[in-house]
Amino acid sequence: MDKKDEKEKIGVYVCHCGTNIAGVINVEEVSTWAAENLKDQGVVISREYKFMCSSLGQELIQKDIKELGLTRVVVAACSPHLHEKTFRNACKGAGLNPYLCELVSIREQDSWVHTDKVAATEKAKAIISGGVSRVVYHEALEPLHVPIHPATLVVGGGIAGIQAALEIADAGFPVYLVEREPSIGGHMAQFDKTFPTLDCSACILTPKMVDAGNHPNITLLTYSEVEKVDGYVGSFVATIRKRARSLREADCTGCGICWEKCPKKVVDDVFEAGMGNRKAIYVPFPQAVPKYPVIDRVNCTYYIKGTCKACEKFCPTNCIDFAQQDEILTVEVGNVILATGWDLFDTRRITQYGYGRLPNVFTSLEFERMSNSAGPTGGNVVLRDGKTEPKVVGIVHCVGSRDKNYNEYCSSICCMQSLKFAHLVKEKTGAEVYNFYIDIRTPAKGYEEFYHRLLEEGTHFIRGKVAEISDATRLPSEEGKLVIQVEDTLTGNQLRVPVDMAILSAGLEPRHDSKALAKLFGISCSADGWLIERHPKLDPIATMTDGIYIAGCVQGPKDIPASVAQGAAAAARVMGKIQQKEIALEPVRATIHEEQCSGCRICNNLCPFNAILFHEDRMVSEVNPALCQGCGTCVAGCPAGAITGTGFSNEQILSQINGLLLLNVPKKQAVAA
Amino acid sequence: MTDKPETKFEPVIIGFTCNWCSYRAADMAGTARMKYAPNVRLTRLMCSGRLDPTFVFKAFAGGADAVLVSGCHPGDCHYINQNYKAMRRFHLMKRVLVQMGIEPGRLKLLWASAAEGAMFAREVNSFVEEVRALGPLNWNSNHVHTADHVMSVVAEGHEHEAEVAA
Amino acid sequence: MKEFAYFPGCSLEKMASSYHMSAMETTQKLGVKLNELDDWNCCGATTYFYIDELLAYTLCARNLAIAEKTGLDVVAPCSACYKNMFFTAAHLKKDEDLAEHVNFALEEDNLHFSGNVKVKHLIEVFAQDIGPDELKSKVTKPLEGIRIAPYYGCQIIRPQKEKEDVEQPQFFEELISAIGATPINYPLKMRCCGGSLIISSRTAALTMVRNLLQSAVDNQAAVIATACPMCQVNLEVYQQQVNLEFGTNFSVPVMYFTQLIGMALGIPNKKLGIGKEFVAMAPTPLAVETAWGLPRKTK
Repeated sequence: MDKKDEKEKIGVYVCHCGTNIAGVINVEEVSTWAAENLKDQGVVISREYKFMCSSLGQELIQKDIKELGLTRVVVAACSPHLHEKTFRNACKGAGLNPYLCELVSIREQDSWVHTDKVAATEKAKAIISGGVSRVVYHEALEPLHVPIHPATLVVGGGIAGIQAALEIADAGFPVYLVEREPSIGGHMAQFDKTFPTLDCSACILTPKMVDAGNHPNITLLTYSEVEKVDGYVGSFVATIRKRARSLREADCTGCGICWEKCPKKVVDDVFEAGMGNRKAIYVPFPQAVPKYPVIDRVNCTYYIKGTCKACEKFCPTNCIDFAQQDEILTVEVGNVILATGWDLFDTRRITQYGYGRLPNVFTSLEFERMSNSAGPTGGNVVLRDGKTEPKVVGIVHCVGSRDKNYNEYCSSICCMQSLKFAHLVKEKTGAEVYNFYIDIRTPAKGYEEFYHRLLEEGTHFIRGKVAEISDATRLPSEEGKLVIQVEDTLTGNQLRVPVDMAILSAGLEPRHDSKALAKLFGISCSADGWLIERHPKLDPIATMTDGIYIAGCVQGPKDIPASVAQGAAAAARVMGKIQQKEIALEPVRATIHEEQCSGCRICNNLCPFNAILFHEDRMVSEVNPALCQGCGTCVAGCPAGAITGTGFSNEQILSQINGLLLLNVPKKQAVAA
Repeated sequence: MTDKPETKFEPVIIGFTCNWCSYRAADMAGTARMKYAPNVRLTRLMCSGRLDPTFVFKAFAGGADAVLVSGCHPGDCHYINQNYKAMRRFHLMKRVLVQMGIEPGRLKLLWASAAEGAMFAREVNSFVEEVRALGPLNWNSNHVHTADHVMSVVAEGHEHEAEVAA
Repeated sequence: MKEFAYFPGCSLEKMASSYHMSAMETTQKLGVKLNELDDWNCCGATTYFYIDELLAYTLCARNLAIAEKTGLDVVAPCSACYKNMFFTAAHLKKDEDLAEHVNFALEEDNLHFSGNVKVKHLIEVFAQDIGPDELKSKVTKPLEGIRIAPYYGCQIIRPQKEKEDVEQPQFFEELISAIGATPINYPLKMRCCGGSLIISSRTAALTMVRNLLQSAVDNQAAVIATACPMCQVNLEVYQQQVNLEFGTNFSVPVMYFTQLIGMALGIPNKKLGIGKEFVAMAPTPLAVETAWGLPRKTK
């Protein structure tokens, strides 16, 4: 690697991170080594300090920049994803261009993953050597400033999405709220009571739904899905398919005559969880927002047989439009909030619990609908026959959660949900209630008190994972009942508990299409399917992609208060961004040197963002910096070497490779972990 | 198994990771304190698509015994599909390595998502063992001028290696 | 044509000879060749493993070693034989020390087992290798209207293989549907038949049989289909005893699944060993009975 003419003055700063780094790596040795051995590369000072990221640590660097006239800084500490900004800002504060600072990771990639102290220390030296070699070729850069579009796209109209949309709209910024179903409301709209206070779900939710529906700043796009997203923070362009409702919304009054007259009954698998029917033209529930119905074209007799049109005949405003087409909308937004929620675990997968085979085994959502006074049984808790009240009810916790065969995670809401069910069953029927639990988890405000209330109400709690729910009865007392086989792990006894009704408190799962959603928005999801936040503790709202935020259960199972809090938090983050009016983007971009470009157009096809234009007249290509995302594929692909990747140039990387290879891995210990 | 620790060959491996998935997988392994062999030294690129084959050859020329190329899983690329370009270059590079007389096993492609820290650590360990079995890369860049020369140098290296292994 | 090594097991020599006959007839008709092992020996049955584990493993391993020589996967029609051989093969593969001991003994017989044999139950051959679709296409006399209780017993689905559903398996039902009959759903389809408990605890064993029969009859089973000679004997032969003990009036035929498949394939009853049973195969409705020309015995 040829050296630059003028020698840089480089400062090296090695962090102890308490014992996180210093416990494994001999920090003093590394620092001394760098001062002595990297002199030729331009290292003029090398220091170590307990916590480089503390204000004292930062001041140390700033002082050296000013006093020693450092032109480059290498900090060896944690991952650049954690503190790159911190140290860049420190350099900036001392008058050094922030991009002349390089943070190399000797914690996540060294001290935390290795036990051999000698090898780890040598590796730290090599990593620093790589950083020093690289930083020589850094250039002073200025961040790119792009304006932020004031509109926001909120995907998912459950409680988290509604909350986020309302907060932003109330602050005076436009929101597009996109919901897949015909109405907003999400799962919360299906519930009767909410734990632990037992407020009526509809009473607290519907006012918010109405607000969202009427808000002048909210464009409600129900029965719609986002199909495509382009662009980047500040200016995303989303393509939304607004599915045909088969009626003209402007003319519809939501009077309800059409669904009254519709002759086609359909089992409602979505809102009623299969417990009740709807019509082929329907609103999912009476308080739906918007109030307009949709025609379910899969089940509508007219679309199947070509005749019927009862809805059209009776519609007083003549708004039915069978020929209506899906509408494709393109909206421009600055930020996106994803709040698409969860799916219920399919309890059929646990065959020994008999759901789908034994009629009186219910899922939690079915019970929610059953206990809802607007639900299919009018709020009566009855067996599948629709009339018999159960005398004994068993509630099985952790169905599909905390189970290596299905989902290892805790769904976090099922304990409280089961307690709520137990209370409702007792209140409505006076039945004996058995809770079969692994552990009772009631970690939020007022939850433990609710558990105690249930204990006092005389609900039975049996600690044990249910082995089987069966209709194989043995004793006369079990006749006609379901038998729950379980080991009471507190007494060590095997129990057979005969019940009339079993409720499976099923876990929450990511939406079946969450992987596709993550892909659509260019963010990642975990192996389970929940979307990954930027930081699990300190940034649970943002994602790795700037301008895309997540709220509610799309990030992981959570209850209503937590979903609302996340919705509001996401809104606050977005509003903060909008208020800034513009955003500074990393200046990691490709540039084409015209004099070297041969006009072969190879890069034109490599670019995934169509950011490279070809000038026919001059026969050269040019990168549009507003569209370029800085992946560098064109840099690697250019046969003439005419493209430079700012921040990741060939010189920088090749030099870093050389630096990394300065030292061998010490022989001594077997290293296999 | 019977090797004494001090006779064990410690390969140096240069790893190229993308900023979005595989570097974060390495971070994840660190945050979770998963242990793996200290033989890999990572370089961060914005995308595996940035990987210029020159980087790989320079790493070998500079003394690396092996090179790890790592990116997002196919379909998960932060830049839509640039990891596919890395994959194509990877296959091409393997062929070039063979023509140069370098064992193709010294180049590994690993897809790792930000959540796959454990997998990353496991794969690094197995790669280190694989390279250890191959022995040191004996390829002196000062003497390499022609392809024939490369072949002969590598062949000598193999003989030498065989002796060591025995 | 698919080919398997075939280990009939002791029961099929005499007591369950009808199972053997029907197994050979049906597989032949369905294009599967079963090659009986040369000079096979008892699998150790249910008890030997509790008396001397090492010898029991050796006993099973001998059969496996003979099968290995043929290069074919081995099929056992009896659930106990299947289970013993399956576990032996699995354990010998995992436990080098055990394998060494066992192979030391096998050397006497110039045999060696290296763990390369897959063990299958006969019903798996029908459910997986032949498959219900193929079976259905070969049916000439569908058993329409017959309600058959699939009795899995407790050994076929142990241990769990890959992602197999061991709680509510359906493959037996699928085979019954394939021959045109109606599989009934009853909760005890996988409960134990009592095994050899009848020797040590008569009342407990008869209670188990009673519960099973009751569960099948409550769900209007005309026939119980089984895939194990032990289950067949317990459920059929002890019906009289159960009736005496509990004052019940059971008279349910218990047939091997291969016999039922054989009927549907149009194989003559005699070749399937039908007529040897204690409780006559007298299926309802009567119309079907006459169509089949089944011998009717009085109880």
